[in-house]
Amino acid sequence: MKGCIFNIDAGYLEGLCRGFKCGILKQSDYLNLVQCETLEDLKLHLQGTDYGTFLANEPSPLSVSTIDDKLREKLVIEFQHLRNHSVEPMSTFLDFITYSYMIDNIILLITGTLHQRPISELIPKCHPLGSFEQMEAIHVAATPAELYNAVLVDTPLAPFFVDCISEQDLDEMNIEIIRNTLYKAYLEAFYEFCKLIGGTTADVMCEILAFEADRRAIIITINSFGTELSKDDRAKLYPRCGKLNPDGLAALARADDYEQVKAVAEYYAEYAALFEGAGNNVGDKTLEDKFFEHEVTLNVNAFLQQFHFGVFYSYLKLKEQECRNIVWISECVAQKHRAKIDNYIPIF
Amino acid sequence: MRYFLTYLFVLLLSLAIPIFSLYYLLNGKGEQISFGWFLEHTSPYMWGTLGIAFAVSFSVVGAAMGIHTTGVSIVGGGVKAPRIKTKNLISVIFCEAVAIYGLITAIVLSGMLEQYKEPFLDISIKQNNWMAGYVMFGAGLAVGLVNLFCGISVGIVGSGAALADAANAALFVKILIVEIFGSAIGLFGLIVGIYMTSKVKMGNQ
Repeated sequence: MKGCIFNIDAGYLEGLCRGFKCGILKQSDYLNLVQCETLEDLKLHLQGTDYGTFLANEPSPLSVSTIDDKLREKLVIEFQHLRNHSVEPMSTFLDFITYSYMIDNIILLITGTLHQRPISELIPKCHPLGSFEQMEAIHVAATPAELYNAVLVDTPLAPFFVDCISEQDLDEMNIEIIRNTLYKAYLEAFYEFCKLIGGTTADVMCEILAFEADRRAIIITINSFGTELSKDDRAKLYPRCGKLNPDGLAALARADDYEQVKAVAEYYAEYAALFEGAGNNVGDKTLEDKFFEHEVTLNVNAFLQQFHFGVFYSYLKLKEQECRNIVWISECVAQKHRAKIDNYIPIF
Repeated sequence: MRYFLTYLFVLLLSLAIPIFSLYYLLNGKGEQISFGWFLEHTSPYMWGTLGIAFAVSFSVVGAAMGIHTTGVSIVGGGVKAPRIKTKNLISVIFCEAVAIYGLITAIVLSGMLEQYKEPFLDISIKQNNWMAGYVMFGAGLAVGLVNLFCGISVGIVGSGAALADAANAALFVKILIVEIFGSAIGLFGLIVGIYMTSKVKMGNQ
């Protein structure tokens, strides 16, 4: 019954999204790509996949950044097509996905203006999914309160920003805190929204978002070692919608070094496995890669169920991972540095 | 909007029922709120025609929901994999069959609807007519509801079949078997409905 009701509004887009998903590169495509000698070879191989002739009009000395831009452009066009055809509540769901890019853009612009870079140079670097009208006015802000009043109050991010207004001024450290506070508020709001939609969407998305929240908590903890961030401030940045909440987060808040973080993760079977295989030695995968791998598994699993919104989120995340993979491979090819070329994360 | 209308309907219904029953009770006509009185004083024509109406309308609603569910998925999946469009018309045809079951029942039931003249010479003729009315109502409702849910089920499986076929062409035949079983349950309703109507004797004979 739920399927009938779901398909009335979102059936077409789900079918379309699953069609897009079938275009994600397979393991065999990657095997072809890593054997390329030059970027021209790479371009030729990509032409045989779902990407088609997306690099056809580029002038011949192909650079990695052009490939990156073109890959992203294609993804953005697809996503915006989905967004433009969606109706409530799916349109809000898709908007929620874009908020994370908006946060990244704001942080990028603030950091850029802090380093006296002209705004016209920064705008092209922003992710097109997270662009909004008042973006160019962001450089007028000197304190978080000004930033809120001048720029963010009209954007959908305003409710997330309320917690950060108290920060004194915008320096390197505070920007990082603002980013994480925004992300925390965003993740918690997204989590609540998915719960509100209910059904399979809640089942799938809450799993993915809980992992995302826990990953952020763990990464924040690890990155905070050796900085001046106090433990109380650190605990405030943890998103409280993951599986670590509340016991794991309390334990993370007390952690002093990497080993203690690992000890916390021991209590959670899936995270213990991630820490188990991670290491900084040559040939080992980093913890970050392990997290990415786990994220990919969760996102692939989202496609096992029908009639839910999770596929749109998962498709975007998988496609982003694919962009990262292709960029990694093309960097390795361009720099003739083939030792680490196999460090991409296969999706299917 | 959809939820608002549903809530409004439920609210109005739950308001109307106590108001009407209180009205009858307080006016001293309390015994008229009686199920037996109601069944005895309603005409078999009404029950018969209601049965026919339910049979065809519920079936068509089921088929329409099924076709809609399947159809949008075929359209969506067909954007990137145009080869699915012809094959998956089978799913649409399965949903259509559900509407046809309802149509057959409705036609059979309409054929049995006959005129009778009052007063009845024999009480058993009246009983036959009354029973015919109820049987037609029951048969129509059974067929209608069975086909409503059958249509929904076939539609959802058909939607899955279209998307699976778009992803991997080898899966189509396997999912089609599931769909055939889903479609068969609509036939059960038709059989029971037709069998029930074999007892119908309407008219003055």
